[in-house]
Amino acid sequence: MSCDECSRADVLRAVAGRGLPAIEPGMPAPAGTGLTRRSFVARSLGLALAVYGAGRLGLFEEGIAAAAAAPQQPILVTVFLQGGADALSLLYPDGDPLYRKLRPHLAVSGGTVFVEDARLSWHPALAPLAQLHGEGKVTVLPAVGYDHPDQSHFTSRHFWEVGATDTRLLTGWLGRYLDAAGTPDNPLQGLSLTGSLEPTLATAKVPVAAIDGPDQYDFWSPGVWGEVEQRMLDAIGLLGHTGGSDPAMRTAAFVAAQADTLRRQLEPFAGDKLTSAVAYPAGTDSFPKRLQGLAAMIAAGLPLRCVALEATGEYDTHAAQVSALGPALTTTAASLYAFQRDLEARGVADRVLTLVWSEFGRRAKENGSGGTDHGAAGTAFLIGTRAAGVQVGEFPGLATGLDVDGNLKATSDFRGVYAALLEQWLAFDAERVLPNASSFARPTLVK
Amino acid sequence: MGAAPTYRGHFGAPQAERLLWRAGFGPRKGEAEALAKLGLDGAVHALLNPGFERLVGPKPHDSKGRPLAPYDAWGHDHCWWLDRMVRTSRPLVERMALVWHDWFATSNAGVGSQKLMLEQNELFRKHGLGRFDRLLVEVTANPAMLLWLNGTENTKDAPNENYAREMMELFTLGADRGAYTEHDVREQARSLTGWTNRWSSRRGDYDFHFDETRHDTGVKTVFRTSGRYEWRDACRLCLSHPKHASFFVQKLWSYFVPVPPDAPTQRALEAAYRSGYEIKPVLEIVLRHPVLYDGPRMTKPPVVHVAGLLRRIGAGITTDAWAWIGSLSGQQLFYPPNVAGWDDTRWLDTATWRGRWIGVSQLLYDRRLDPSKAKHTADAQTVLQRALGFWNHPALSERTQALLLRFAQSALSDAGSQRWKQVQYPVLVENALRHLIAMSPDLQTT
Repeated sequence: MSCDECSRADVLRAVAGRGLPAIEPGMPAPAGTGLTRRSFVARSLGLALAVYGAGRLGLFEEGIAAAAAAPQQPILVTVFLQGGADALSLLYPDGDPLYRKLRPHLAVSGGTVFVEDARLSWHPALAPLAQLHGEGKVTVLPAVGYDHPDQSHFTSRHFWEVGATDTRLLTGWLGRYLDAAGTPDNPLQGLSLTGSLEPTLATAKVPVAAIDGPDQYDFWSPGVWGEVEQRMLDAIGLLGHTGGSDPAMRTAAFVAAQADTLRRQLEPFAGDKLTSAVAYPAGTDSFPKRLQGLAAMIAAGLPLRCVALEATGEYDTHAAQVSALGPALTTTAASLYAFQRDLEARGVADRVLTLVWSEFGRRAKENGSGGTDHGAAGTAFLIGTRAAGVQVGEFPGLATGLDVDGNLKATSDFRGVYAALLEQWLAFDAERVLPNASSFARPTLVK
Repeated sequence: MGAAPTYRGHFGAPQAERLLWRAGFGPRKGEAEALAKLGLDGAVHALLNPGFERLVGPKPHDSKGRPLAPYDAWGHDHCWWLDRMVRTSRPLVERMALVWHDWFATSNAGVGSQKLMLEQNELFRKHGLGRFDRLLVEVTANPAMLLWLNGTENTKDAPNENYAREMMELFTLGADRGAYTEHDVREQARSLTGWTNRWSSRRGDYDFHFDETRHDTGVKTVFRTSGRYEWRDACRLCLSHPKHASFFVQKLWSYFVPVPPDAPTQRALEAAYRSGYEIKPVLEIVLRHPVLYDGPRMTKPPVVHVAGLLRRIGAGITTDAWAWIGSLSGQQLFYPPNVAGWDDTRWLDTATWRGRWIGVSQLLYDRRLDPSKAKHTADAQTVLQRALGFWNHPALSERTQALLLRFAQSALSDAGSQRWKQVQYPVLVENALRHLIAMSPDLQTT
């Protein structure tokens, strides 16, 4: 059959928009709808720390206070472009004679030249990243992937998340790093800012946290207010002490204790006014708001180490690629730019590196529906004042750089990138985290 | 064949309640006591042979009082099934449908049609307590599955291995057990070629059928046997594989008991299954097994937690908010995270715990007590007993009861000597206790 996945997905989205549920009075907003999202009050480090001392019971308070008081750790942020972002649009090979033959309808134009390889140009929507690149703050990987690429979203994403081409691994690569380098009492060390736990952060031993946004972690109960409400919130921590000896009961209690700690940690971020020196993209999209909250959390000295987010947009552009890609990249790049400037304005930019990745790139030849199908190598960016800012892996060219399926061949391996980040940024032995780490060459990623 | 161990202890209301949670969505008022009167044998028999379905309780509607539109409106698919879980007189049938939804995890994210998803769901209800060989054949030719795992894109010229691989890895044999090779995957994919359908912008995907001209008619070699296999043969070869029965019974067992079966139980389960792919005899062993009653507790999946709370208080579906609440809690029906289904070992994290909290807020909102109407004071123990009574007196550990009582005492003591607080705080505390009870580890697990 000739139907394409994307038009079905478009229909689904339209229905989803129409059918979103009404909000009951006083109910918190559902994830992803942006209906009543509050903005943040980023308060001082002193106030954030005061929260740790104020609690009566939290299981993790001492650990978090200790972690927050310890010398500040480098932070690695990962941003996932879901669906397989088209490498040949993000940095498009304007100077490659085959480009317009393979992409008669989809070839991008109007962007600035990528100075490290004049065959490539930045997608116009990525101009903010081009500017940061000009300042030496962006490392570009124009064709990153792995041997024997798997074209299933699920499988390829899984490989990137676990840091190995192994379908059986259950812990994320950053989760294993935290199991080895983290502490048993600080759930903020691994923070998923997507409303559920990103598999990249899945640990086997130490606690990690998942929230929708730092201003979204409140607990409300109908007909409960004032002093009694405060006592009820404290009682969530009490539930953390109910476990006993049964493993399932213990887990349920442990998570209640984590929820209690997290609520206390994030209390200063629940508010009505935003004070930020930098303007983030406006609108209801959650990605810029989450980055804004993250910058405030980092500046407030919360003991974060690894953070995972998903970018604006759906990059599985089997159809209508031009109209889907532009707005998604515009918001994503503008948000990342604002985040970087915010970190700089708050004086914490030297502590943060941001890795932007996707599970694969897309087929070089466009399909018959104004889109592209699943491909192999994709684009990644590493952003930050400490990023080396030097391209990793060459662009392989369309004449000889495509595999038998017509997909871009990888010129750098994501596992080498992970090993380099572990060693050069997190100062940790990659062999303890990544299977067969020694077999991957490490690019220079940090300056 | 040795018989499997059977529970010999007292079968009272607590045991009947656990059975109703594992094999359904928890008891309605009086249901555990009534089931206990049947004894273990009678109770298991009743669950396995429920007769015709009766839907008990108020009919579902959305937040504006309109009937649900499960084929069309976003989230109404989730609410429609949740309602069925709440109102059914055949809890094990619905619970097994949930098991099969997880086992053959198909997501509407890849199908794009609530109608096709609900048609697949009906298969799980129809065959859920029947024969697995029939279920597998039906699922293999099911439109939602054909879309989800690219069955309609699997042609003799361009084979697609997706379904062939998952059929063996997730549905019948299991990975890393030496049951099949990559060569078997490729050959099974050839056997499965030939399905197709039509699509139009108005109707979406329709007219699913087998097209001989797209089918690879050549000889295939699967599990070291050769023949001109087609899709029914692909199913049959998996089902008759010597490693299928052991995989099947272990996987089915894992939905009901959190620790693996011991060797005698495993043998009994396999023997029961081998006699003809019947699901009921396997379930009978599981539901009568001592470890279900004496063994460790299990975390309730989010929809089971919510359905159970609604059943406890005799409430129905009065909002479509349950769909996004399900999503926040980590389980939106018809949207499993991937083809492997939901991860039953990771239901609870700080985000999904908050999702469950919001679900309880939703449920309690219309039932909240108004403190301005209070006239009398009440002590902590009285308030706690009232809140437990709201939930129909669930069994809580002494430890949990003591901590809840401690909360009630401190909150009531805040009233000090102010009369209005002395009268109103017991009501606020009762509202809060209802919430905390529903969120306690005791009610998150069973």
